[in-house]
Amino acid sequence: MISPGTMAAVRASGAVPNSEFLLEAEGVRKAFPGVVALDDVQFKLKRGTVHALMGENGAGKSTLMKILAGIYTPDHGEIRLRGHDIELKSPLDALENGIAMIHQELNLMPFMTVAENIWIRREPKNRFGFVDHGKMRRMTAELFKRLKIDIDPETEVRHLSVASRQMVEIAKAVSYESDVLIMDEPTSALTEREVEHLFEIIRDLRSHGIGIVYITHKMNELFEIADEFSVFRDGKYIGTHASSDVTRDDIIRMMVGREITQMFPKEEVPIGDVVLSVKNLTLKGVFHDVSFDVRAGEILGLAGLVGSGRSNVAETIFGVTPASSGTIEINGKPVDIDSPNTAIRNRMAFLTEDRKDTGCLLILDVLENMQIAVLQDKFVKSGFVQERELSRVCEEMSRKLRVKTPNMYERIENLSGGNQQKVLIGRWLLTNPRILILDEPTRGIDVGAKAEIHRFVTELARDGVAVIMISSELPEVLGMSDRIMVMHEGRATGFLDRAEATQVKVMELAAR
Amino acid sequence: MNTNVTAGDTPAGMNTTRRRLPPELNIFFVLIGIALVFEVLGWIFAGQSFLMNKQRLTIMILQVSVIGIIAIGVTQVIITGGIDLSSGSVVGMTAMIAAGFAQASTWGRVMYPSLTDLPAIIPIGVGLLIGILAGLINGALIAYTRIPPFIATLGMMVSARGVSKWYTKGQPVSGLTDQFSFIGSGIWPVVVFLVVAAVFHIALRYTRYGKFTYAIGANVQAARVSGINVERHLVKVYVVAGMLAGLAGIVTAARAQTAQAGMGVMYELDAIAAAVIGGTSLAGGVGRITGTVIGTVILGVMTSGFTFLRVDAYYQEIIKGAIIVAAVVTDVYRQKKRKV
Repeated sequence: MISPGTMAAVRASGAVPNSEFLLEAEGVRKAFPGVVALDDVQFKLKRGTVHALMGENGAGKSTLMKILAGIYTPDHGEIRLRGHDIELKSPLDALENGIAMIHQELNLMPFMTVAENIWIRREPKNRFGFVDHGKMRRMTAELFKRLKIDIDPETEVRHLSVASRQMVEIAKAVSYESDVLIMDEPTSALTEREVEHLFEIIRDLRSHGIGIVYITHKMNELFEIADEFSVFRDGKYIGTHASSDVTRDDIIRMMVGREITQMFPKEEVPIGDVVLSVKNLTLKGVFHDVSFDVRAGEILGLAGLVGSGRSNVAETIFGVTPASSGTIEINGKPVDIDSPNTAIRNRMAFLTEDRKDTGCLLILDVLENMQIAVLQDKFVKSGFVQERELSRVCEEMSRKLRVKTPNMYERIENLSGGNQQKVLIGRWLLTNPRILILDEPTRGIDVGAKAEIHRFVTELARDGVAVIMISSELPEVLGMSDRIMVMHEGRATGFLDRAEATQVKVMELAAR
Repeated sequence: MNTNVTAGDTPAGMNTTRRRLPPELNIFFVLIGIALVFEVLGWIFAGQSFLMNKQRLTIMILQVSVIGIIAIGVTQVIITGGIDLSSGSVVGMTAMIAAGFAQASTWGRVMYPSLTDLPAIIPIGVGLLIGILAGLINGALIAYTRIPPFIATLGMMVSARGVSKWYTKGQPVSGLTDQFSFIGSGIWPVVVFLVVAAVFHIALRYTRYGKFTYAIGANVQAARVSGINVERHLVKVYVVAGMLAGLAGIVTAARAQTAQAGMGVMYELDAIAAAVIGGTSLAGGVGRITGTVIGTVILGVMTSGFTFLRVDAYYQEIIKGAIIVAAVVTDVYRQKKRKV
């Protein structure tokens, strides 16, 4: 079927010293500015197995996968392919060595046909040097027959469903005679039926000796398709087990075994009336029937894995992507929040997840960045900005938040991540919000700034602000929240009170 | 300039801190440099001073005033990250339509016999309205249908030129009243240019309108999340650009004491060039009116200088093209250096 003949012949006949493992990584370390993403990690993929990578967001799975696919080069460590040391210089290099990656966001060219996409760079040529489309079509059809894929090679990729595109990507990988296939959450956008088909193909590939690295957040998939799995936590390797040997609870324990070493400056403050009440909020295809209340002085943690809809809920409440149905009430009155402008007028503030994409005005200075949200009504007289008063207020704020910058006229892009974040927090505090939504407020910033930001949040809660805090870091959510709402696949799967919440309980609700 | 902020730095908020030198200073020195080159070449090749000639200096500015008025609008559009290709055609369109309401009864072939000898305020008002309307269409298309500014204003560029030809079936509109022609006479175009420049310099620096314009150009998503009604603001900016193109059309007709369908051809490109030479970044978020004014004057100095040295018109265009590209290359280089 998948020409095991050629592949096995070529590779088995080589000087491979009968290695048990197809792909091995050992002592791998990779650091990015400010974070060690992987620390002395190992990973071993056996021939003809599906090996799942498990871990919370930020555990290091993606980094490891990108190293194996040649996208990143590790700082330290060895990678062995079929028993030989290898250095992967680029994704193309990896591909030519038989390692193919199926990305979460698929990398096909929408306006080219399926066949063109598969054979790009390797198109069969006729004797005049032009592409031989007939031959290319036949080659594609043959490949699809082997893989039991039913797609017309002449269709343009943009007409295909996500599932079909994924099949095309897999076929492309197989066409390179890859024997290592890396799949990053391949089922995240598939229907149940499509998942079934995908699993059939995966089993078929496995039976031909191909090793599959499978990243997933879904426990049931792990038990259905994976032979082995490795768990990572905070960039460290925790262990590898056969999936038949363990239970769901074992895995969750391995994933969350993180110690809560940090001290959080959480204070018990009197909790007031309900400020924000969300009822049956739905954004079609993204999240459904989300309902919760937040009270004055309360910090509501929003936990869940990436893609569970946490950030989407926040964006909808703030009017960035208005809801398809459901109601939002502020102080008991229903409000129609159709834009961020309306949200701000209702004294909401929203620190977005992506500082660079939706937060900073990178090429503008600290002052301009801080004042932009408050120019709606305050500090403006008949169109003119009250520069003197405003810069005084901004300077005061930046002193209060201890922003480290040479002066207010420094471009924000020259500041460190933590200081950028403080400027953005300052931007929202100037609007004097009564509801504050923080999406990953401390991602990618150093420990010092992190602690400071936690302190500001605590102070705000003490002043009676209702806070919603989204975070992928469980210790942060557990340490700061009065209550935690956990989301999974666009639904709220449960609420936990501060007293009862543990990492295991949150993970159970987040990864069912 | 590339300050790395480390933990050792002091917290912000000292009142002694000031803004850096204005970025226009560089481009101002370029202007001085170009003028001096012509001065030296003038003594060598023409045996006389280039700059010490009051009449030449007046004409130098006068001939680019109309470009300058447009460029002030175009600068604002470019700061938002957009582009306006329609300004030249809008000049032609408003010149024609405004002139139709500015004819004197003494002229033989008037367009609207019952509407002659009107006070100048009427044709001026009509011209501004036409410009505003063109800007409104541009802005609404860009903000609400999300088509690229390049395409929306390209459409307007072609259509507005069509309107100016269709309006009189290609005939010029002449016999304009003295009252109307007055604003094109003498150095009045320069005065209009400088007043407009001052108004929008203040608007961009000190008003909410200006702050929002820069914010949208710097990061449209962040601007939206910060509560700016991005669509409405974009419409405003294109309306301002349209209105200024309309004003430029009025001044052009008044100065020529006639309106022709071909007025303003290619002005949009000169206006973009003036903005870009003056330091406005096509990537958005960066640009100042003072820079655009200097950029406009540079265009004027080059045209005057080449004419003064009797450089062939063809060579003039070749060199002008090269200078525009050089300005953008410098800009790109500057930005790169900043990021390292």
